[in-house]
Amino acid sequence: MANYLVDIKDERLSFFTQAGEVKALNGVSIQLKEGEVLGIVGESGSGKSVTAYSLMGLTAHPGKLVGGSLDFNGHHINDMTEKEMRKIRGNEVSIIFQDPMTSLNPVYTIGNQIEEAIRLHTDKDKKQAHERARELLELVGINEPERRLKQYPHELSGGMRQRVMIAIALACEPKLLIADEPTTALDVTIQAQILELMMELKDKLGMAIIMITHDLGIVASTCEKIAVMYAGKIVEYGSTDQIFYEPKHEYTKGLLKSVPRLEVDEYERLVPIEGSPVDMLNPPKGCAFAPRCKSCMKICLREMPPVSNFEGDHYTQCWLVQKKELEGGMQQ
Amino acid sequence: MTKYVIKRIFMALVTIWAVATITFFLMNMVPGGPFLSEKAISPQAQAALEAKYGLDKPLYEQYVTYLKDASHGDFGDSLKQRGRSVMGIILTKFPVSARVGGVAILVSLCIGIPLGCIAALNRGKVLDNLISVIATGGIAIPSFVICTLLMYFFGVRLKVFPTFGLSSWKHYVMPVISLSLYPMAYIMRLMRSAMLDVLGQDYMRTARAKGVNQFKSVFKHALRNAILPVITYVGPMTAYTLVGSFIVEKIFTIPGLGSEFIGSITSRDYTLIMGTTIFLATIMVIMNVIVDIIYKLVDPRIKLN
Repeated sequence: MANYLVDIKDERLSFFTQAGEVKALNGVSIQLKEGEVLGIVGESGSGKSVTAYSLMGLTAHPGKLVGGSLDFNGHHINDMTEKEMRKIRGNEVSIIFQDPMTSLNPVYTIGNQIEEAIRLHTDKDKKQAHERARELLELVGINEPERRLKQYPHELSGGMRQRVMIAIALACEPKLLIADEPTTALDVTIQAQILELMMELKDKLGMAIIMITHDLGIVASTCEKIAVMYAGKIVEYGSTDQIFYEPKHEYTKGLLKSVPRLEVDEYERLVPIEGSPVDMLNPPKGCAFAPRCKSCMKICLREMPPVSNFEGDHYTQCWLVQKKELEGGMQQ
Repeated sequence: MTKYVIKRIFMALVTIWAVATITFFLMNMVPGGPFLSEKAISPQAQAALEAKYGLDKPLYEQYVTYLKDASHGDFGDSLKQRGRSVMGIILTKFPVSARVGGVAILVSLCIGIPLGCIAALNRGKVLDNLISVIATGGIAIPSFVICTLLMYFFGVRLKVFPTFGLSSWKHYVMPVISLSLYPMAYIMRLMRSAMLDVLGQDYMRTARAKGVNQFKSVFKHALRNAILPVITYVGPMTAYTLVGSFIVEKIFTIPGLGSEFIGSITSRDYTLIMGTTIFLATIMVIMNVIVDIIYKLVDPRIKLN
């Protein structure tokens, strides 16, 4: 257990709203070793971001952890006070957000905002922090760093701002970088640059990355492991190859069918996943995906399927898989 | 920058001229005149007085003469307060009002801004509701009611504060409270809503993710962004408060400029009406320039041109 950088076990998290308890996470488990890149994919509201935020103690009000345990880099997050959390935030674990246009404070210079992160967690003085900030800008590939440090966010382009966000995140060389849809708000060429930069920095600094996205292209090109989330649960987990080439869960299969593939020469229709996400106020008793699943069986609606394990750490939770296993077992 | 300064000065002069012109003609459109008092004076005496102050001439001629004199800094003598120049009245009375008003502005800012922030940070809780009640009360209760209540309780019943004059700090307490209550309440509300807006911004989340504590994230990251609407309001509010309030000055018998505004109108003291109006317009224009400069200092995205 100690060799995991991130060890989330059966995390349950709910938002207690006026309408009732919204069960955002229903037993999420994630293990991540140092230097690994994990992709979390899923549609809006599936709990991708909530999982990552809770690891940083950034769960928004009125969200509350109601079960499970979270360990990160030797810290037991469950028992940590806000003050203790502040010490690891931006230091051991950092995050980059989706929208670089609004994630930087418009009234302070880039330099000020990077130096703030440095000075919060190190005892560097103003001059040293400035020097470090300049280094960081160079590291993230921003030209004329000395001039940029004096500029305000509105004077930089979107891609440049995301680079600055990365510089802030890397200020204290974190063990884990959480990237919450880091490229969604950027145009495609810039997207590629930013992803390339992140991978380059990962190799250089040896940090682990949790890549939260709904873009399967991004996870395919960057991640070693993928967790597919649906309705606050990981429905399938495995290596990138396993997820892409041997998907087990119907939702994963649906996701893969809904994106175009280059290697297919022939005309092929993209298949959308019909229906809409479940209401998390009243999650269904059985498999949450069942109402949208084309191969839905009676049992799917009634009971939650057990976990089926495959090669390596590939696993899924689906009755269809259970059924196939049973049938296979009978034939043998 | 020089271009900007020249442009601003030019605009300021145009504004003041426009205010002077409108006031001049409106004032003359109102029936009555400075020498039509209840006590009848002989037609000859009245004609002599009007001739002395040039009121017998056609209106446009009076207007041109007034502008000519005013542009040299000569605002004439008061028509009703014999032997006193308009400039003299303003210069002796304005400091009195400005002292009371200045303290009131400081008080309203020092209480309004923190309370607004506190309300926003405790949104929906008891403290927020309490502050909202104070804010609503401050805006809804007219100043003469406040003045009277203060005077009755603290002046007459408890006898802690003197009810008239301005000779010690104790004299300032009640006028300052009555003057600052409305702006304070208004600032609280502005601050609260701006703060709520800013607290939900992405960069506040970034600050938290960096490990900034709540105190610093509010003071450094939120306040500077949320204060802009307050600055906008405080500019003109300062101009109005510095020149004094008719009601507060009348009730607490403060020899300030505020009472001259209304007094000059009721007595048709033409030169004094013009003088006080132009004076207020000038302060207002200056305050607007100051506000623009502060804007630029607070938010680098704002361009002065």
